[in-house]
Parts: sequence; structure tokens; C-alpha cells
Amino acid sequence: MAEIQIKNVAKRFGEYQALSDINLTIADQEFMVLLGASGCGKSTLLRIICGLETATEGEVWIGGRRVDHLAPKDRGIAMVFQNYAVFPHLTVFENIGFGLRMQKQPNDEVKRRVERTAELMHIEQLLGRYSGELSGGQRQRVAVARALAMEPDVILMDEPLSNLDALLRLEMRAELKGVLAESNTTAIYVTHDQVEAMSLADRISVMHQGRIVQAATPVEVYRNPAERFVAGFIGNPPMNFLPANRADAGKWTVAGQTYDGPHAADGSVEFAIRPEDIAPAESGLPAKVRLIEPLGAHLLVTCDVDGTMFRAVLESDLELKTGEIINLAPHADRIRWFDKSTQQAVA
Amino acid sequence: MNARLLPYVLIAPVTAFLCVFFLYPFFLVAQQAFTTGNGFTMDNFREVVGYWKFPISMRNTFLLALAVVPIQLALSLLMATMVNKMKRGRDLVLYVWTIPLGISDLAAGIIWLAIFEQSGFLNSMLHGLGVVDQPTSFLSYQNLTVVFIAIMLAEIWRATAIMLVIIVAGIGLIPKEYYEAAEVFGASPWKRFVKVTLPLLRPSLQTALILRVVLAFEVFAVVAALGGSTFPVLMEQIYENQFLLQNSGTAAALALIVLAISIFFTLIILRALRVPKGATI
Amino acid sequence: MSDATVSEIALPRAPGKAGRYVYISGVVLLCAWVLIPLYLLLVNTLSSPETVNSFPKSFIPEFDLGSLEFFTGFSGMLVALKNSIIVAAITMVLSILIGAPAGYALSRFDFRGKELFRLLILLTRAFPLPLLALPLAVLFIRTGLDDTAFGLALVHTTLAIPFSVLITFSLFSGIPIELEEAAWTLGCNRVTAFQKVVLPLILPGITASAIFAFVISWNEVFAAAVLTIENRTLTAFLLQTLSESPLHLKFAGGFILVVPALIFIFAVRKYLFAMWGIANR
Repeated sequence: MAEIQIKNVAKRFGEYQALSDINLTIADQEFMVLLGASGCGKSTLLRIICGLETATEGEVWIGGRRVDHLAPKDRGIAMVFQNYAVFPHLTVFENIGFGLRMQKQPNDEVKRRVERTAELMHIEQLLGRYSGELSGGQRQRVAVARALAMEPDVILMDEPLSNLDALLRLEMRAELKGVLAESNTTAIYVTHDQVEAMSLADRISVMHQGRIVQAATPVEVYRNPAERFVAGFIGNPPMNFLPANRADAGKWTVAGQTYDGPHAADGSVEFAIRPEDIAPAESGLPAKVRLIEPLGAHLLVTCDVDGTMFRAVLESDLELKTGEIINLAPHADRIRWFDKSTQQAVA
Repeated sequence: MNARLLPYVLIAPVTAFLCVFFLYPFFLVAQQAFTTGNGFTMDNFREVVGYWKFPISMRNTFLLALAVVPIQLALSLLMATMVNKMKRGRDLVLYVWTIPLGISDLAAGIIWLAIFEQSGFLNSMLHGLGVVDQPTSFLSYQNLTVVFIAIMLAEIWRATAIMLVIIVAGIGLIPKEYYEAAEVFGASPWKRFVKVTLPLLRPSLQTALILRVVLAFEVFAVVAALGGSTFPVLMEQIYENQFLLQNSGTAAALALIVLAISIFFTLIILRALRVPKGATI
Repeated sequence: MSDATVSEIALPRAPGKAGRYVYISGVVLLCAWVLIPLYLLLVNTLSSPETVNSFPKSFIPEFDLGSLEFFTGFSGMLVALKNSIIVAAITMVLSILIGAPAGYALSRFDFRGKELFRLLILLTRAFPLPLLALPLAVLFIRTGLDDTAFGLALVHTTLAIPFSVLITFSLFSGIPIELEEAAWTLGCNRVTAFQKVVLPLILPGITASAIFAFVISWNEVFAAAVLTIENRTLTAFLLQTLSESPLHLKFAGGFILVVPALIFIFAVRKYLFAMWGIANR
């Protein structure tokens, strides 16, 4: 059992507040992705869990044990680094077996586990080589194998795929997901790539300015962003926002159209809709087409709605011209509302 | 081990060592220079400056530094640029050019003695060419200019390598994109050197010049080997005061004078070649 | 950096054949400028004492070991050679043991006072360090360190320490911190991670830095002459006997001084540039 609990963790570097009041529970064997732009504190949080960084405040618990005062080696974790950190003076075999040797495992046990993990990562033919003779993708595999060979309770990964080229990244992503699902370990994975996050995660923690803004399943984060930031960050292209005026109780006027909305206070909510939840219709938001980008499967259409930029992903067989005015109707059940002052989603 | 304390533990030995063997001795030098047994005095300085050899050794030291350092700077810049455009044999040439770096000033003096002494190779060559019949005694009072030139050549031969190393290392740190950009905007090779290399090389030039100038005022063994007492310099005077005259007070006073000169030139070089804040590579 | 890119850097780009010719002869000339004086010293060393003192001289060595035999037979010379090696060896060990931890601290930690510490290290380069020998001579007599190899080694360590700190700083900076962090997550503490990961990677560089310290001590003349009386090092001995010793003794001594330097510079050539590159920034 390796449930991870992060309680009230904060980190300051001098005057700079890198993390504030982080509370997060990661279930045993869960795959948690920390997602955010660079500088949001996701790597710092991972390094605090790992023990490479000390939190200014708060506690870290792994498997029911408080670990924030323990050295990394005593936390039952293994880590995969962004630049792999494969030891250049050791062979692949000794790299994978490094942690086992440190645990003073008998030779045949080291051999057994190194060979098993090497096989798992498809690098069994590379065991005699040195890091300098490996490609980036192979080094990546060694780094993962080295972590898995430890049979850790928790495996931590800091942007492990970001140094690979696009095709290799796709391949490694799928492989990583399969291997980790079989290994029964809890995983925390840091990335700035939302597609990677979506495809790998059981749950995603979206981070922004040192806070966790939302921690939920990928679908939930996508469908029901808890904050305006998440709505604007997740999805490519991101959600559209339009100003709304209160028409009646639970009725809001958006660009001349009236939609059912929250019963909440007057005048201070925004209307939000994903570009792919829109279709051309007889009546809807009046949009002046500015730019048409064919993407193969779809058309990405950038329009002007009531003076605000608005994007729609439409069927590719649609015939449109720039300057044309079309009516775009949002799917009613996909409309979201955000409070303008608190930035929070309102129902 | 507390991670916050660790760096201090690690630098403690060096700090302690330098306090005992660097800062404290300089304090002691000052103390020796300004005292003669009964409190503060300038007597040591008066005695040193009043000694007949002082102006000569001062002049000689300055002349030597003035003659040697600019030539070394030009030569090392030339060598560095030559090495940089080299395609084959770069490592070998660099090794050959940096050999003198490992050679002591005493050995350098002896090496050039082999050339300039009366039965040496210069005389042998002149004899072989039929220019002279009898070997000339180059390193004597009659030929002070030749003594100066011999010392100058030995110094240039020996100590250009250190500047070369610093400058080659410095050029290696300048990204080649700057040169490509300059070339695209129409700068000639010479313009690229003056407008890109030299300004970006300022930190290296600073280090090289400071090191070299300080060493130039410390010139001692080369002079001892080639000139002996015919060409007195400041360090040689210190040595003489300490040993022949057994007067550590005057030796210390002279040492402070050398120190003051060194610091003065260090500050000038730092000022002249300062890099504006934020203008670093 | 590939050769092609190196060739683009700086001036002068030789236009056409004539320029190329000038360039190559320049390189050859400068190599000759370094090598010929060394060759002449070799000629003298490998000639009999009679030949060395005769005129005119041949430019080809006669491969007679007479001068070197005279050198080894000269009273006190072998002891001086032994002293030089002992002092240089102690300097080498001390400067690494004391300097390397500080180099590690500078490369791995941000700590309060780091800039001040760097300043102290850089400051030592702007001072004429051999002058330290003067006050230390007095101090050593009081502590019984006078005229000992260890006492002199302490002064030489002061000379070598700024270099050993800066070289090891650059070496440690070249090893990504992630390698150490990876070792920590794989069951190492700071010490074992250093042993298993950092040390094997850094050992060649540390050796180079140690050799550099050895050469600094081996070549030093002034402090050695001031601080030793009975237990003279080779440089101090040669300096002392400079005025009265015969030519062949000087040349053989100079040759013995030069040989280790040639080997050492060859051994450390790879690190010379790396170390000065980082030391300037």
C-alpha cells in the first residue's frame, strides 16, 4: 500500500513563493499527473515528494509513514529524470542494477531483476553498452528500467518524455502506460504537455502559480473545469469565453442570444463553450468568419462574436468564406459559466 | 549533515588556510614594514627609497613590464586567432605553444643563457656566418641593451603561454552565432575581430592582463639567470635585503611597494576592461 | 564544436594562396620560436662539459652524458632534487584535499557569502604571492617549520589553491547534479553518491589538477630560496649557485627542471582550457 498524502505543503525560495498550501491525496496504484506551464511549481512539488527539495511548511506521507524528514533513499521511491541521468561511467546493466547493488542484493537477484526489467523495456540487447553509445530513446528506457528494477512503492517522473522527438514520444507514452499499469506502483508524473497528461493519467492535478487549481479525472478536467484558468489552459484550442448579461432569473444574454445559466448573483458571470461543442444552425451566436484553417478532419474557424475572438471546430465539408456571417449554436449541456470575480465555475 | 551547513563545512579548510597563509602574512608584512622595534615608523621606506639601487631597479622593472606585456598581449591574441581557424593539427600546435607554461622562470632564464652567454649559440651562429671573429660578451655592463633584450625575449618566450591559454579558453566560450550574425550584416574578418571578439573577450582579457602584469612586477629568476647584478629589479632587491643585508624590515617595505604597484595596476585593468552589467555572454 | 565551425571564428581568414602561405609559415615560425630554445638547451645538456664551455658550438648534440653525470655528482644536487619532489608532492596532496571540497561547494550550493568567498579566491591571483615567504620565514622559525619541506609546501599550497579550487569547480560543474540526485533516489546518501558516481567521473580531472599543483610547486623559485637554507629545493639550489657554478651544471639543472614540465603540460593539456574558461566568468 502506498497512498501518498501531501498536507499543507508550501515552499518559498527567499521572497519567492513557489508553492502555497498544497493538499493532495494520491491513492495506491493511482497514476497522477501534475500538469502546468513552466514555473507553476509542479517540478518543485515532485522534488519535495522525492526528497530532493525540502518543503518550507507541511508534511508528506507515503504509505502511512511521514517521510518529509527522510532522505530520498529511505522513502521507498524511484525517480525518472528529465535528462535521464544515466550514469556515463557504468554499463546499462550496472545502471539498472545500481539501486539493487546499493541495497546489497545478492548477485543472482540483481541479475534476475535487471534482466527482467530490461526485457520489460526491450533493452535486453543493450545491457553491455555505455550511455554514450545509446540514443535518447534508449537512454530513456534505461532510466525507466532503473527505476522499475527497484520495485518501488512510488515512481516519480519529471517530464520524462520531453527530450524525445514527437514520434518516439508517442510510442514511449503508450509503452510507459502499459508497463506502469502492470507494475502496481503509484506513479506521479510531471508534464507541461496536456495531451500526454490526458492519455496517461488516472487523475490530473492542474497547477498554476504554485497552487493546485483542480485535481480530477482527465474527462472531468476537460468537461468541467473548476476554474477559468483550467478552461483556458486545457484543450487545443482552449475554451471560448463571452461576456454575459443577466436577462432574468437563471437567464443570460450572450451576444444577443439568451441561454439558461446559473441563478447566481447579477451581472458577473462569463459564458464558456469548447470550440468542438458548437455547430452551425439557423439561429445561434452571430459570428463573422475571420480565418479558416483546414486541419484535415475538421475546420478550425476563427470568428468574431460581439467583438470577442471565438473559435469553432466544424465539419470539414462546410463551405465558408472569410467575412461571411454565420450562426453558431452551442450544445446546451456543454455550456459552462464562470464567476468573473472569483474565476470559479458556477452551476 | 545539515544541508545548509554543508557548503560552509566544505569551504572552511580553504578559508582557514588562506586566512593563515595569505591574509595574515600580508598583515605581518605591513607590520614589519612600518616598525623598527620602537613603534610606527617610515624609516624602512626612507631607507629603501634612498638606496642608490632603488631608482634603477624601479625603472628596470617598469621598463621590462612595459616592453613585455603589450607584446605578449598582441602575440597571444594573434596565436589564439591562428589556432582558431586551424583545421588540422590544432591540438599539437596548442600543446607546443603552451609548453612554456610549465617551465619555471629560472629554467627559462637558463635556456636563454645558453643562447646569449659568451660561448653560447648566438655567438656561435654569428661566428659561423663570419660576422664576428671573437665571441662578444653580451651579458655584461658594456651591453646593457642586449641584457635587456635577452631578458625581454626570455620573458616573452616563457609567459605568453598563460595569456594564450586564457584567451583561447575565452574565445571558446563565444557562441559562433555572433560571428555568423556579424558576417551576415557585412562585417569583414578584421571588423568581426574588433567588434565581436575583443568586446566579448573582455573578462578573459581582464584575467590574463591582471595575472600577467602582477607576474611582470614579480620578475626575478629570469633576471637573476641572465642579468645577475647588472640588471637590478625590485624582487631581486627584496631578496638582497632579506639575505645579504639581513634586514627584513626593508625587505617588507619593498614588498609593500611591489604589492601597491600590483594592486594599482589590477584596479586600472579592472576599470579599463569592465563589462557593463548585463552585457555578459 | 566541429572543425568547420572553428575555422569560421575570428580573423584573419586567409584570402587565396599567398595568405595561406603566410599563415602556415606564421604557425611554423611560432612553433620554432617555442621549440628552438628548448632544443638548444637539450644540445648543451647532452654535450660533455668541455664542449659546453668551448667555442664555437655545434648545433647538434654529441650525446655525451658528461654534463648530466657531473650534475648528479655535484654535492647537494640530488638531495635538492629529492626535496623538490617531496615539496611538490605535499603541495599536490594538500591543494587537492583542501581545494576540492571548496570547488564542490561552489559548483553545487548557493550559500550566503559565496560571492565573498569567490572574491577571496580571485584576490589571491592579484597579489604577488611569493612575497608571503618574507613574513612566513619569521613565523616558521617560531613554530619550528623553518627550513622544512612541509613549511615550504604550505606556502606553495597557497600558490596552488586558487587554481585547484577553480579547476575542481569547473570539473564538478561539468557533472550534472541529476546524476547525483539519481544516485540519492537509488539508495545512496551524499557520501556514497559522491563515491559511486562523482568520483569515478571526476578522477582524471582531479589528477590533472593535482599535476598542475605539482608543477606550480616544482617551478617556484623565490619562496623556496627565502624559506629553505639547508633543505634547498632544486630551484633554490640552482639560484643559489648561479653565480659560481659552471655552465654545464646550470644547463643540466635547467634541463632537469624542464623535463617534468613538458610531461605534465602534456598530461593536463585537455583541462588547461576548460579550467580557464570557467574561471573567468
